[in-house]
Amino acid sequence: MNKYTISGSPHVHSTENTQKIMYRVILALVPALLVAIYYFGWYALRLTIVSVAACMLTEWLIQKFLVKGPLTINDGSAALTGLLLAFNVPANLPIWMVIAGSVFAIGVGKMAFGGLGKNPFNPALVGRVFMLVSFPTAMTTWPQAQPFFDKGFFADAVTGPTPLGILKESGVGTLAEMGDMQFLDMVLGNRGGAFGEVCAIALILGAIYLLCRKVIEIVTPLTILLTVFIFTGICHLINPTQFIAPWYHLIYGGLILGAFFMATDMVTSPMTIRGKILFGFGIGVITVVIRLWGAYPEGVSFAILIMNALTPLINKAFKPYVFGVVKPSKK
Amino acid sequence: MNPIKTFTKGGVHPEENKLSAHMPIQDFPMPKQLIVPLGQCLGAPADCIVKKGDRVLTGQLIGTAKGFVSANVHSPATGTVAKVDVVMDHTGYYKPAVFIDREEQDEWAEGILVTDELLTDIKLDGKAIIDKVKECGIVGMGGATFPTHVKLMVPEGKKAEYVIINAAECEPYLTCDFRLLLEKTQEFLMGVKIVMKAVGTDKGIIGIEANKMEAIELLDKTINEHKDLYSGIEVQPLKTKYPQGGEKQLIKAVTGREVPSGKLPIETGCVVVNVASTYAIYEAIQKNKPLIERVVTVTGKSVKHPSNFRVRFGVPADLLIEAAGGLPDDITDVINGGPMMGKSVSVTSFPVMKGTSGILLMTLHEAQDRRVTNCIRCGRCAIACPMGLQPFLLHKVAKHNDFDETEKNHIMDCIECGSCEFTCPANIPLLDYIRYGKAKTGAIIRARNQK
Amino acid sequence: MSNTLLISLAVLGILGGVLAVILYFVAQKFKVEENPLIDEAEACLPGANCGGCGFAGCRALAEACVKQAAEKGNIDGLACPGTDMGKVAAVLGLTATAFEPKIAVVRCNGSCQNSPSKVHYEGADICAFANTLYAGEGGCSKGCLGLGDCVKKCNFDALHIDKETGLPVVDPDKCVGCGVCAKTCPRGIIEVRPRGKKDRRVYVCCSNTDKGALVVKNCSVGCIGCQKCLKECPFEAIEMRGNLAYIDPAKCKACGKCVKVCPRGSIHAVNFPAPKPEGPINDPKPLQGAEPVKPQAQPVEAKIEVKPENTVTA
Repeated sequence: MNKYTISGSPHVHSTENTQKIMYRVILALVPALLVAIYYFGWYALRLTIVSVAACMLTEWLIQKFLVKGPLTINDGSAALTGLLLAFNVPANLPIWMVIAGSVFAIGVGKMAFGGLGKNPFNPALVGRVFMLVSFPTAMTTWPQAQPFFDKGFFADAVTGPTPLGILKESGVGTLAEMGDMQFLDMVLGNRGGAFGEVCAIALILGAIYLLCRKVIEIVTPLTILLTVFIFTGICHLINPTQFIAPWYHLIYGGLILGAFFMATDMVTSPMTIRGKILFGFGIGVITVVIRLWGAYPEGVSFAILIMNALTPLINKAFKPYVFGVVKPSKK
Repeated sequence: MNPIKTFTKGGVHPEENKLSAHMPIQDFPMPKQLIVPLGQCLGAPADCIVKKGDRVLTGQLIGTAKGFVSANVHSPATGTVAKVDVVMDHTGYYKPAVFIDREEQDEWAEGILVTDELLTDIKLDGKAIIDKVKECGIVGMGGATFPTHVKLMVPEGKKAEYVIINAAECEPYLTCDFRLLLEKTQEFLMGVKIVMKAVGTDKGIIGIEANKMEAIELLDKTINEHKDLYSGIEVQPLKTKYPQGGEKQLIKAVTGREVPSGKLPIETGCVVVNVASTYAIYEAIQKNKPLIERVVTVTGKSVKHPSNFRVRFGVPADLLIEAAGGLPDDITDVINGGPMMGKSVSVTSFPVMKGTSGILLMTLHEAQDRRVTNCIRCGRCAIACPMGLQPFLLHKVAKHNDFDETEKNHIMDCIECGSCEFTCPANIPLLDYIRYGKAKTGAIIRARNQK
Repeated sequence: MSNTLLISLAVLGILGGVLAVILYFVAQKFKVEENPLIDEAEACLPGANCGGCGFAGCRALAEACVKQAAEKGNIDGLACPGTDMGKVAAVLGLTATAFEPKIAVVRCNGSCQNSPSKVHYEGADICAFANTLYAGEGGCSKGCLGLGDCVKKCNFDALHIDKETGLPVVDPDKCVGCGVCAKTCPRGIIEVRPRGKKDRRVYVCCSNTDKGALVVKNCSVGCIGCQKCLKECPFEAIEMRGNLAYIDPAKCKACGKCVKVCPRGSIHAVNFPAPKPEGPINDPKPLQGAEPVKPQAQPVEAKIEVKPENTVTA
């Protein structure tokens, strides 16, 4: 006969667990990865494999020899960090830089704080920003998308500026001349940039899957996109020759990737709806400010990291409304 | 039918698993000896007033309530008191109990009417009804076992507007209330009328989850057919969502009012009574029959015949399990009550009591992989919490014994429904810690108030 | 260039000077006069802020001592359980009552072997919570739950759960007898007792007040309340509390007679010298329970149980 189990109620649990959540996010990123392989060929694949492997290995080594705690390598969070990190870098980045970034992302961004759930910042972004400030040239030399049946799977990358880069350097006019204002091409991903962020369609496909499985909530991404849209829209209306139309801002750069896959990271984002709205608004505003007036062409990573830092404060300020507690009315 | 209503905050939807919904209530044969615990309600156990060798009749008082929150205990059978000793209850603790060696025939105590006829004339007035309820030892039979007479006493200066009958039965698996509604519809409705009279209101609302359509339709039909008898009673279907049957959630769903934090439901003009208790009130008032039996659901995924039994108190639970097809081999968890709020059982020989709404046998498969991992701050517990609390935070501060913080974060408002723990992807025993924090915080608050 | 240097030096220098003056006056203005005796008294205390004295911390006790010494001329009733209050009294120019060192004693021997588990607990590692949920894995409703609330609360790192027995063991070198563990234990299993002469003490290692028949069901070494020890004791030091024998440390002379008569091996004697060969206690280890009458009371556990206590004599 079995020994009866004594436990506090409830005795039934939902079938959700951390592992499932992580693997669902990874699954949602697969379409974007396939598109990336299509456009960037061997480089994208190689980079992804190296980044994921480096992240997982780093976590395993730290847990095994430094922390000596339980091994959580199976929970998929390290693999996800690796995937997101790869998505955020140029496809032709030297391998050793990716490895350095991965080690930093997991080692400093996550394990230094105590592992999964305790990191204040999104580890993939920590890794990315680390690489951006350490290897500025390599990290801003973007390969252009080239479908592999044109040039072959192992074709050398042709580097070129990203739309946002052109915008920063030479303004709206040049961008139009270079043909980078073909909306359809932009949406499909046929442009320069980090290989995970180029194809908005594939990313949104993944995001819809996550929304359906209730892994992420629509609030944060929607607020980010709306804020960016409205903010850049106002700028565009004031001066159309200096500022590009708002819909381009939505698809350029890593906004979609950031909004749906990185700002929604549970560990580093606020918990309540109101908190999420403020969080999303903050990311939107900072992104636009960096894009339009900052030194870098793209600001999503910085925006998310800055708002990550504010998350504990937001959580403290926006607590859920407690049942039966009358709000103090202020006049 | 009224439009479906629900409460607004939080809630989860576990698999319903109402396996025994279509099993009629069977009278459970009594064994030779009944073991009647003296503490069957929340609060102080009753004082024993019989001694070894006494002959007791069915329905005779054997334990008198001690203190305000306490309930009388009656003999569930005719027989001789074998001994007054201790018995192991479901938690494994020894509790005082009366052992009764049963005689074959029930000999009812004086004044108890034994009839199946529906008695529609309510002779007693409000005050007398409450006294009778107290005398008959009726408690909240949903599991909390709070003495019902205390609930019915509307404090001075307050007025009861609604009587709300808690027929939500939002716990998965359990079907005892549902079966009672189907099989004792008229008696139940009379019970509602009696409660309405007792608290002095003419509005009664029966809240039922929409997964029990059969009962909703039957009640609607019966009320319409006997408009003269059941005037003022309404049936309110509710969305199938846990914890729809939580007192505060039920009031919110039915009336839209919120019970203020730290206050009783009467603040909103509502008195909430459970289905089984309502039926027991009918029996007590109309037939003078004390609470000596109840309907118990014996169920589980691998149980051969999930059933609903009408059981006299004091019958050991393992006999019920035997009657439902025996204990399957793959059982790892036996629960007294429902899966969301029931209590784990250490030994299956515990006697059925007033609060035993179900005996649930859970398999290893349902227990799942319960490896506890780090909190990933997903906030799902906060979304699921029907009271708007932050279980992840309460868990953390309770773990570190910071009881100032637990109090500030409204730990005392927790209704211990378990929605947070149900939904947690990291399998953290959130409710365990919250219960601990709540107990400690409550003690601190009480100590402070005494000063 | 040198101009810039000079200006910054001057500005910072003046700023520093002005602020120093302000700080001085502020410090003077808000100075709190404190009796220097408090500091001296506090220095005699362990500084662990365990709360065993009943005050918020060591400083609070020191303050109370100084206050009472000034008002009444004694420090009676104020005592740090882990320190000789004589030192504090000396600082305050008083004489304190004799200091009796104490130690925490775990009055349960329901180890995994003596009280085999019947159910499996899964949940928060808090005794206080598990106590509300069930009687215990072994089934004894008065026995140790083994989740270590006492261990977590101990400020002196003197308690640890023995992995083999599942019971907490007191490290006699570290325990100061502050009693925090005793207050924490939801079942009141831990008692603070005097260490005894030569660190020898005899106690009943069981807390179950239930009837013998119920105790026997769950545990092979629990006190069944047979009262044999009560009759044996020449000093009337043993009394019955329910169905549980209790040895009054004030009356007990540590003769060890009760240990020999106990049929359950519930009475433990620690730090006794190795007995004479013909005596009933043949264990080369210090005296540890009478010879087990019941076969269940295996000497293996006995050894495990006594290990930490050994360290004092060793």
